[in-house]
Amino acid sequence: MLITKRVEFSASHACRNPLLSDRENQELFGAAANPSGHGHNYVIDVTLEGDPDPVTGMLLDLKQLKELVNREVVDLYDHRFLNREVPPFDRVVPTPENIAIDIWQRLQPHLTSDRSRLHAIRVYETADLFVDYFGETA
Amino acid sequence: MTRVTRRYRFSASHRLHADQLSDEENRQVYGKCDNPYGHGHNYEIEVSARGPVDPRSGRVLDPRGLDRLVEEHVLRAFDLTYLNEQAAFRSLVPTTENLGNEIFHRLKTNWPSFFAGEWPRLDKVRVLETSRNMFEISETNGEV
Repeated sequence: MLITKRVEFSASHACRNPLLSDRENQELFGAAANPSGHGHNYVIDVTLEGDPDPVTGMLLDLKQLKELVNREVVDLYDHRFLNREVPPFDRVVPTPENIAIDIWQRLQPHLTSDRSRLHAIRVYETADLFVDYFGETA
Repeated sequence: MTRVTRRYRFSASHRLHADQLSDEENRQVYGKCDNPYGHGHNYEIEVSARGPVDPRSGRVLDPRGLDRLVEEHVLRAFDLTYLNEQAAFRSLVPTTENLGNEIFHRLKTNWPSFFAGEWPRLDKVRVLETSRNMFEISETNGEV
């Protein structure tokens, strides 16, 4: 069974690789490379896979999952300029792909139980562009 | 594995009517969708690609390339048209099952001109005929 908790945060980012020149970044990312950044209302779906506990009927208490995601992700990302304020995005381009991978790495160590495991992180940068990450092995 | 999905929209009309069936059978099978003058939808399509994240760009693919592919080979062909007049639907009912297969086939066929190399690959196409009717085609079940 899959269960999903959705959270949202708003942040700014610039699609720039610090190892590349202005011209190379412009070619690679177009307007999104503007060094002052631009913003999105990000929507994150955290999906767990597992079996419900026979007594509680729950796979994991979604309230606990919400508190975990808020503490490990939303509190760090919300209303921040990701490139400057949220490592590793001083070195890694904060594309939705890399945001999904970073969120996975922040949450996965907290989500290992006999009953459930992290299945996917979905990052909506806009309603029309989203990324799914299923971990390194998938 | 990382999957990137982009959503696009087009509006088109169609009539669901199989030439192999009688008028009475068509009415039974398709109901009001068989209206001889056609009817329309605001279609949404979700196109997904999969692949490794390129360390230089932080991306699986450049969404601008995907936009060009979908614009040239899907949106330009179908937006504001009567689907039954399209070559693909001269002898095939333009249900959203068949439309989804046609879109998947067009993207698959033209993919190498836009994305050279092993990655990224076309992963799946999901077509929403309305916000309540959805159809999904992937490599393993798409007719390509």
